[in-house]
Amino acid sequence: MIRSMLFLPGNNPNMLINGSVLGADAVIFDLEDAVSPAEKDAARVLVRNTLRYMDFTGCQRIVRINSTDTAYWKADLDAVLPEKPELILLPKTGTAQDALTADAYITELEEKLGLPANSVGLMPLIETALGVENAYAIAASCKRIHALFLGAEDLTADLRCKRTKEGREIEYARTRLVVAARAADVEVYDTPFTDVNDDEGIWTDAELAKALGFTGKAAISPRHLEAINQTFSPTLAEIDYAYEVLEAIAMAKAQGKGAIALRGKMIDAPIVARAQRTIEMAEQLGLDRRDAE
Amino acid sequence: MSKLVNSIREAVALSGLKDGMTVSFHHHLRNGDFVLNMVMEEIANAGIKDLTVNASSLFDVHRPLLTHIQNKVVTGLSADYISAGIGRAISQGVMEKPVEFRTHGGRPRDIALGRTPIDVAFIAAPAADKMGNCTGKYGKSACGSLGYAFADAMYAKKVVVITDQLMDYPLQNWSISESYVDYVVAVDAIGDPKGIVSGTTQITRDPVGLVMASHAAKVIENSGLLKDGFSFQTGAGGASLAAAKYLKDIMLEKKIQGSFGLGGITGYLVDMLQAGCFRNLLDVQCFDLKAVESIRSDPRHQEITAMHYAAPGSRSAVVDNLDVVILGATEIDTDFNVNVHTDSNGYIMGGSGGHSDTAAGAKLSMIIAPMFRARLPIVTDRVTCISTPGESIDVLVTQGGIAVNPRQAELKQRLVDAGLPVVDIHELKEKAERITGKPAKLPKGDRVVANVIGREGDLQDVIYNVPVKD
Repeated sequence: MIRSMLFLPGNNPNMLINGSVLGADAVIFDLEDAVSPAEKDAARVLVRNTLRYMDFTGCQRIVRINSTDTAYWKADLDAVLPEKPELILLPKTGTAQDALTADAYITELEEKLGLPANSVGLMPLIETALGVENAYAIAASCKRIHALFLGAEDLTADLRCKRTKEGREIEYARTRLVVAARAADVEVYDTPFTDVNDDEGIWTDAELAKALGFTGKAAISPRHLEAINQTFSPTLAEIDYAYEVLEAIAMAKAQGKGAIALRGKMIDAPIVARAQRTIEMAEQLGLDRRDAE
Repeated sequence: MSKLVNSIREAVALSGLKDGMTVSFHHHLRNGDFVLNMVMEEIANAGIKDLTVNASSLFDVHRPLLTHIQNKVVTGLSADYISAGIGRAISQGVMEKPVEFRTHGGRPRDIALGRTPIDVAFIAAPAADKMGNCTGKYGKSACGSLGYAFADAMYAKKVVVITDQLMDYPLQNWSISESYVDYVVAVDAIGDPKGIVSGTTQITRDPVGLVMASHAAKVIENSGLLKDGFSFQTGAGGASLAAAKYLKDIMLEKKIQGSFGLGGITGYLVDMLQAGCFRNLLDVQCFDLKAVESIRSDPRHQEITAMHYAAPGSRSAVVDNLDVVILGATEIDTDFNVNVHTDSNGYIMGGSGGHSDTAAGAKLSMIIAPMFRARLPIVTDRVTCISTPGESIDVLVTQGGIAVNPRQAELKQRLVDAGLPVVDIHELKEKAERITGKPAKLPKGDRVVANVIGREGDLQDVIYNVPVKD
C-alpha cells in the first residue's frame, strides 16, 4: 500500500542513503529531471548501488527512468532492473504505445534475468495534454500497469497555463486521471505539492486529492510526508464505521435478511467493498479500532 | 565609598597577582567575549608568568591565549569546553602540562572544595554598580544568566568585576552581590553582542534531523516520564530544538504541565514556558535574545548557579531531579560511552560542559546523532575519549533506529510496545559500516595533552596529542 511517494534525486548520495527513513511509503529514485545529461551515467550507477546495498524494508522502491524518446531509458532499465525495484515510473507517457514500448523492453529484461513476468510494475507519468486525453487507453494498455501518476508541472507548461497553488488549472486532469485509472482498475497518484516552505498548504492539497479519489500523492520534500500519510490513512471514525458495516451485513445474513440499513442508510455492495478496503488498509497500517469489541 | 579603579591594569596590580597563580573567567559572553583577551594582555604586559587559566569555557575568540601560552605567561589551563580553534593547537601539543577538563558541575565543586583554588577571578558583567553588584540581565552586552560566574565570585581570593554598563548604586535585581567583589573596572565594551547571543536559534529543516527529532519526542512520550511535573533539558542544536518543538506539541495536546525546563535556555524553551508546558525555567546560561528578554522580565524564568545546576557531591543539584535530557555526541561506542571532546581526527573541539552532569542526573538521558557524519559511522567499538560514561546514557536516537542501553530493559520494552524502531546498537554500527566501510583507527600520539576529570573528581580518561604528519 502506498500513500506517499518521495522523489529522491538520483545524483545525491546523502538523500539516497537516508531515503528509507524519512517516512515515505515509497521512494522514487529520479534519473530524469533531477539529473543533468552529463551526470546520467553516474546517477544510474549510484541508484543501482543504492538499490543493491541499502535496506529499504517497509519502503517500496520506484525508479523514474528517462522517457522513451531519449537515448537513456534502455540503459536506465538495464542498470536497475536486476535490483528488482517494485515500480518503474515512465515519464511523458502520451499514448498506450509509449507504455507498450517500455513494457516490451521490461518483459525482455525480465526474461533475461529470470524474473517472473510482470514482477516489476509500470506507472505511467501523465504530464502532457496528449497523455491526459489518452489516460484510459494508457491505464488499460497492459497488465504491467500498476497506477497512473499525474505530473502537473510539465502538464501546465504543455497547457500553456500557470501552475498555481490552488490548482484550478489541473482540475480536469485530476478528475480525468482518477476516472481513467478506476475504469482500468489501477491505482492513481497525485502530483507533488511544490512549495517546500509551505507546511500548511500541503494539507489542503492532499485533502483535495483524497476527496477526488486519488490513492495517494507524491512529494518532493520529506516535510510533506506526514500530511500525505495522515490524509490518506483512514480515520478512526472511518475504521469504526467500516467494522459496523461488516457487522451489520453479518447480522443481516444471520437473520436471513437481504438488505439492511445502518445509521438510516441502506448498506449496498459498494459500501461493503469500501468498508473492506478501509479495514484492510487499517490493518496494514496497524491502526486500532477504538471499540472493536 | 567606591570600588571603581581606573583600568584593568590597575585592577591586576591591586589584586596582587603574581607568577604561578590562577586566574579565572566565565564564558557567558561566549564567542563575543572581549574580557579574557583584555585581561590576559594586561597580565602579559605586567610581565607576570606561569599562570593557570581556569575558564568555564574557551571559544575561538580567545585564540590570543595561544600566544600567551607560547610565551609562558600561561602554563596551565582548565576548562569545561574548548572550541576547535584553540583545541586544535592543544591537540598539537602547544602546552607542556595537560589541560584539565571538568564538567559544568565539577568545576564549581572543585573551586568550592579548594581543589582548584582561584587567586583572582575576572568577571565580565553586562551591568554593574560601583560596589560590584552585577548582573547579565541588563546592558548593551546583556547575556542573561551569569550562572557559571558565581563560584568564581564566591571562592576566589580577589574578585574583579569588569563592565561596560555602570549603573547607579544599588543595582536593582543583581545576580552577584557586592559582598564578593573587590574591584570594579568600567571599559568601553566587554564584548560583541553578535557573538554573545544569537538573534534566534533556528530548528533544523534537515529532513534527517527532523526524523531523529520526531523519534526523540516519541521516546519521551512513551518513556513513562511524560506526565504532570515533568522536567526537561535540551541543547541548542538543530535536531534537539526540533525535538523540543515536537515535545511541546505532545504536551499541549495531552495537557501535561511540566515542572521545569533546565540548562542553557533557548527561545524554544521560553515558548514552552509561555505555552504552559512548564511552571519554571531554571537558567544557568541564555543562548539567544528571547531567553535574555525572558529571564529579565518573567519571574518564572530563574537564574541558577552552576553549583545549583549540576554540582556533584553538593547537598543537592537540580540535575538530580531532571527527568529527561537530550544530548549530542561526536562518537558513541557499543557500551554507550560518549565522546564530545574530540573530532573525527582526534583534535579537541568541545568538552563535556553539562553533558556528564545531566546524563548522570536525568532519569532518561538520550543522545541524538545521525548514523554517520560525512564519512564516519557515529557508533564505534570504543570512543576516542570517554566524555560521559555509558552507564549514564540510556538511549541513542539515530535516523536508522533507536538503541536502548541494555541496562534499561523496561524502557526498551515500552518503546518496542509503542511500535518505535528499536534496534541493537551493534546493528546500528554494522548498518552504518555497510555504507561507509570500517574506518581505520586514528593514529594516537604518545603524549597526554588533556586529562578528562570525571564528575566525581576522578581521572576518567586522557586525550593524546595528534601526531603531526611529516
